[in-house]
Amino acid sequence: MSGWSTHTGRAVALDRENVDTDQLIPARFMSTPRSEGYGDFLLYDFRNDVYGNPVPDFPLNTVPNASVLISRRNFGSGSSREAAVYALVDFGIRVVIAPSFGDIFASNSVNNGLLPARVSEAEVYTAMATLAGGAKEVTVDLTDKTIRLGNTTIEFTLDDVWQQKLINGWDDIDLTQNHQKAISAFRTRHVAGMPWAIPVQQNDFRSAGRDTVSQ
Amino acid sequence: MSARRLLDKLWESHEILRREDGTSLLWVDRHLVHEGSHHAFAKIAERGVPVAEPGLTFGVADHYAPTRGGPATDAIARMIATLASNTAKHGITCFGLDDPRQGIVHVIGPEQGLTLPGLLINCGDSHTSTHGAFGALAFGIGATEVAHVLATQTVWQKKPKAMRINVTGRLGPGVGAKDLALAWIAKLGADGARGHAIEYTGPAVCSLSMEGRMTLCNLSIEGGARFGMIAPDETTFAYVKRRPFAPSGDDWDRAGDLWSELPSDADAEFETEVTMDASEIAPIVTWGTTPEDALPVTATIPDPARMQGSAAERARNALDYMGLTPGRNLTEIAVDQVFIGSCTNARIEDLRAAAAVLAGRRAKVPGIVSPGSQLVKRQAEAEGLDRIFIDAGLDWVGSGCSMCVAMNGDHVEPGKRCASTTNRNFRGRQGRGSRTHLMSPAMVAAAAVTGHLTDVRDLLKQREVA
Repeated sequence: MSGWSTHTGRAVALDRENVDTDQLIPARFMSTPRSEGYGDFLLYDFRNDVYGNPVPDFPLNTVPNASVLISRRNFGSGSSREAAVYALVDFGIRVVIAPSFGDIFASNSVNNGLLPARVSEAEVYTAMATLAGGAKEVTVDLTDKTIRLGNTTIEFTLDDVWQQKLINGWDDIDLTQNHQKAISAFRTRHVAGMPWAIPVQQNDFRSAGRDTVSQ
Repeated sequence: MSARRLLDKLWESHEILRREDGTSLLWVDRHLVHEGSHHAFAKIAERGVPVAEPGLTFGVADHYAPTRGGPATDAIARMIATLASNTAKHGITCFGLDDPRQGIVHVIGPEQGLTLPGLLINCGDSHTSTHGAFGALAFGIGATEVAHVLATQTVWQKKPKAMRINVTGRLGPGVGAKDLALAWIAKLGADGARGHAIEYTGPAVCSLSMEGRMTLCNLSIEGGARFGMIAPDETTFAYVKRRPFAPSGDDWDRAGDLWSELPSDADAEFETEVTMDASEIAPIVTWGTTPEDALPVTATIPDPARMQGSAAERARNALDYMGLTPGRNLTEIAVDQVFIGSCTNARIEDLRAAAAVLAGRRAKVPGIVSPGSQLVKRQAEAEGLDRIFIDAGLDWVGSGCSMCVAMNGDHVEPGKRCASTTNRNFRGRQGRGSRTHLMSPAMVAAAAVTGHLTDVRDLLKQREVA
């Protein structure tokens, strides 16, 4: 994953609360290998009618080259499906701006170079008003955590760890492998203290559930 | 030493190191994978790294598992086959479709004794919070994190804030853990516990069975919390004892001593405190498209005209999607079908609760009952519950995530309305255009009997009179 520190692109408003991950990518598309691309699946049931034809006035259809999405509270709530992030990223979205995000979604975003930028409800309201006349260019700066839209600059909230991760494009597995000694030492200590940390089948599975039968 | 909470004790006992920025590297005791983990297996294959701890990793086919006959499509069959080949390749035990232990990951973990107090448990599924019912640190992770756990058996995580939801009093007859969960989510909002680990405490929580506790912890994520947990006690130990992978002999005694140390210290403080009175909670149903859209079944459908700002707009959108008229009684809502199943409510106690309502009655609408595991199914059949469901006119099917996530082909048709024991009433969750009303197994059974949303307490009273 490559890091980035500033991004300029077109912003589009998705004026809804609780855009959950089932909406971001309906479950029926999730057996597709990532290599085939997930962009077409993004918000599929909003962007397309029941016959699969695009809904012309749906925001993302009006600005197909949008790379910044502004939405309302609790964006990305629900399932842990990282495919929701793949759909956004493969569509071309680099930044989602909202008052709050689902915890797992936010973490998945950062792992894929997508910035979940938190701003206040009032700032979202103002930004959406600015976008009411159509898509506008927006510049997002990760280093000073600001968003420039028209004449206004908004500061966004982002965990410092995530800021560094996005800027540097860090890969966690690489980072963790540097700690292999500490991990091995921990494992030895941990298992000595609680041997059942290593599961060993002690009883016949056929007896499982027996305790609840007698209730 | 200052007073510690259950969260602190679990965190400290799994913390390998903490970076200067405050992020902890945690040891993972149990890693559960399913068909959806194919992205993560692909990631480690790309790097050419092995699974670090195959002995701590367990696979299960559930998300795409067929509940009637074979896989519905080639793509679904491929998902199940990919899990089988990935687990076989890395030497991971897999509870596949032909294994009598197969079932929903959050049902079989506890059932097999893989879930134990004091462990850290990860799974690429947001309902992993279920396992917190045992006093474990259990949380759902995304595919990149799943790949990380596969490769290193560790996970980077910043410690969440701690929220205590203390539930006083007693739940009334016909009111259960599902109602309690929906009640707090309605009160705090679908993001009310974001950034927090919830510990559920109080007499109403302590008196829940393990099944009830799992339902409560399962739904933590629907209120925004990645973690939900309950301190282990005698109820926990009784459930865990003699499970296939639970410790035995001297280890059992040692484990008991350690587990008894886990409950939060009496004077521990929480960043956020919430108190609820169980005796005030009625059976709850959802009316909208997020779990926070929940009300007592005795209420009326909310009227957006009486709401302010974005709440009004959101309610209007939700009611429009759900095809509901403001101001009408919730009990006037007719359903097309019912579903009893999922990691939230498909354990033996859930099936008993539904069967208690359905016994000797006929369902007015079709529906399916999908037990949480093959062992739950067998036990239910031993108790004769399957006959009650079948005699009522419902389909008694195999075990898997089924109509909760609509990945295996089981789904609700567009515009159809389903009373469901599941966890998400999101738009399209049960199939494109599906309309979901979440409620407890007893409440779903009541809706099946009358064909509309119904206060199950009325049906239970009739039973008493008879």
